[in-house]
Amino acid sequence: MSLTRAEVEKVSLLARLLLTEEELGWMTEQLGAILEYMALLGEVDTTGVEPMAHAVEVSNVFRPDGVQPGLDREAALANAPHRDAECYLVPAVLGEV
Amino acid sequence: MPEPYTVVIGLEVHVQLLTESKLFCGCSTRFGSAPNTQTCPVCIGMPGSLPVMNRRAVELALRTAVALNCEIPHFTKWDRKNYYYPDLPKGYQISQYDLPLSRDGWLEIMVSPLPSGEGPGVRADVLEEGPHPNPLRAPTEGWSGEGTSSTKRIGIIRAHLEEDAGKSMHDEAAGKGDSRIDLNRTGTPLLEIVSQPDLRSPEEAKTYLTELKLLLNYLGVSDCNMQEGSLRVDANVNLHINVAEKGTAPEKGIVPLLLRGQSPFPAAEGIIATPIVEVKNMNSFRAVERALAYEAQRQYREYQETGRKLGEAPKSTRGWDEASQTTRLQRSKEESSDYRYFPDPDLAPVIVTEEEIEQIRADLGELPAALRTRLEQTYGITPYDSDVLVNQGRPLVDYYIELAEACGDGKLASNWVQQSVLRTLNERQIGIAQFPVRPAALAELLSVVKSGKLETVRARDVLQAMLETGKSAAEAMQALGIVEVDDAAVEALCRELLDANPKIVAEVQAGKEKGVGMLIGQAKRKNPNLNAARFRETCLKLIQGMN
Ligand SMILES: [Zn+2]
Repeated sequence: MSLTRAEVEKVSLLARLLLTEEELGWMTEQLGAILEYMALLGEVDTTGVEPMAHAVEVSNVFRPDGVQPGLDREAALANAPHRDAECYLVPAVLGEV
Repeated sequence: MPEPYTVVIGLEVHVQLLTESKLFCGCSTRFGSAPNTQTCPVCIGMPGSLPVMNRRAVELALRTAVALNCEIPHFTKWDRKNYYYPDLPKGYQISQYDLPLSRDGWLEIMVSPLPSGEGPGVRADVLEEGPHPNPLRAPTEGWSGEGTSSTKRIGIIRAHLEEDAGKSMHDEAAGKGDSRIDLNRTGTPLLEIVSQPDLRSPEEAKTYLTELKLLLNYLGVSDCNMQEGSLRVDANVNLHINVAEKGTAPEKGIVPLLLRGQSPFPAAEGIIATPIVEVKNMNSFRAVERALAYEAQRQYREYQETGRKLGEAPKSTRGWDEASQTTRLQRSKEESSDYRYFPDPDLAPVIVTEEEIEQIRADLGELPAALRTRLEQTYGITPYDSDVLVNQGRPLVDYYIELAEACGDGKLASNWVQQSVLRTLNERQIGIAQFPVRPAALAELLSVVKSGKLETVRARDVLQAMLETGKSAAEAMQALGIVEVDDAAVEALCRELLDANPKIVAEVQAGKEKGVGMLIGQAKRKNPNLNAARFRETCLKLIQGMN
């Protein structure tokens, strides 16, 4: 199971990573190698084994519905690259084309 | 001439569940706080923070799912839906993908058997006082009332529990500047309810939404406030155009569309389906109705111009623009709708037992559909009337039931609640709990009306006096100088007027009973307490006796 360059291009777009031609080349190779290694798992015989939806055998972990103190605004906005007095600022988000 | 197409609509409704705190953290869900004052490391996606499920949110979601007749799987889990958007701080939304907490349900709605376009046929006796006052919803448009409505089951594909994103604000007028992001809403619990594409007209879509909102209201799971965003609607719409009639060769092998990967949505032979459009930004049920009506016409025009069919153009997203009453093409959120769902490793799955589901079912209480039927059967009112009453919410229904029991006439009680009571609630902008005249006091007045001794118009004056002064019916009647007119007095007045108007007597004898109506005005001037119907009847009886 090997990756194509087009697949890596698509994944980099989805991850918002701008890769150079050169980076695309070795990324395709390295990511492909990782997938090939993981494909080893495919060799295990899983007949009769129930698929798991979660790695740990726990379920129904809840908390009661109650309000807890959170962050004050200054703390919440502390790491924002751009902000005003109340909000995070981002490049314009416009709905229409 | 009917349109040569069928509109096919499926709705995705997001409702905010009534919890105190967010879905995975203890931040408040309160609406209207100052921006970015209700956040914590969990809901703004700080590394190393861990979400923990709000028990109440799961309970409310299950309650709704059971009421929507859904199957509740034994096992459910949460997944990450990955996409980048400025209002989504984690870079993914925690949602449910392949194992939602419910699926395959239905909601029954009342539909008019008349094809749309024949206009609303609301019963005249309800319109007597003008359009219906203060409705949680107005009577369904295009529904012709008594005896002609039928029910239709709208399939529910699934209802799943997910977290909300934040809010981005952009000052369009200010031009290019930045958008401001408020993350107070991020992580608020939402139930996404996805219908099958079973709706066949914009009116039906509105009826479905109204019924769904009413159900959620009775269940107490959401306040459904569209202005505050606690209920949001997206619509998937396309047309099935009948091309066989025009002699066009039937289309072979039309590709069945998979709506959200769930529901086969094929068009039959001889029918062409247009590309599906998702419509967003609709801020009221009326806007949904208008947007869908507009979109149907637009798609038909586009099909006539381009001939483009389903599968020949990607699904597009259009936003409803209230100002221009049109839909406009929107940029899609992701270049590809590849959300790369995978199970959220931070959240444990939830297992629901049969016993728990049965307990939820037992605790549902009486829901709108059952309540309507009970009112019709117990109090002899029409489906139209029970619909109007039930749509006002449970407290008003309780008032009605008490009134109907006390006065012993369900129909009369229904008329008075729909007309006088609702009008007052509307005028005073109050709820039924604040209505000053309690059912027992109103029943006293209705008993007098029922006996025929007091005309409805006068009785309304009495109620008005009761409302203003807090007096009982008897006291208010006395204060207004209203005395019950006995039979002898009515008869005497009839004789007097008939003797003075031999022409009218002759007319009635010739079969024109309408003539008596001309005397009512005169009679009322002589005795304002007179009941017009009684006067009319007595006159006719006397004239008959003259033969
Ligand atoms: Zn939080």
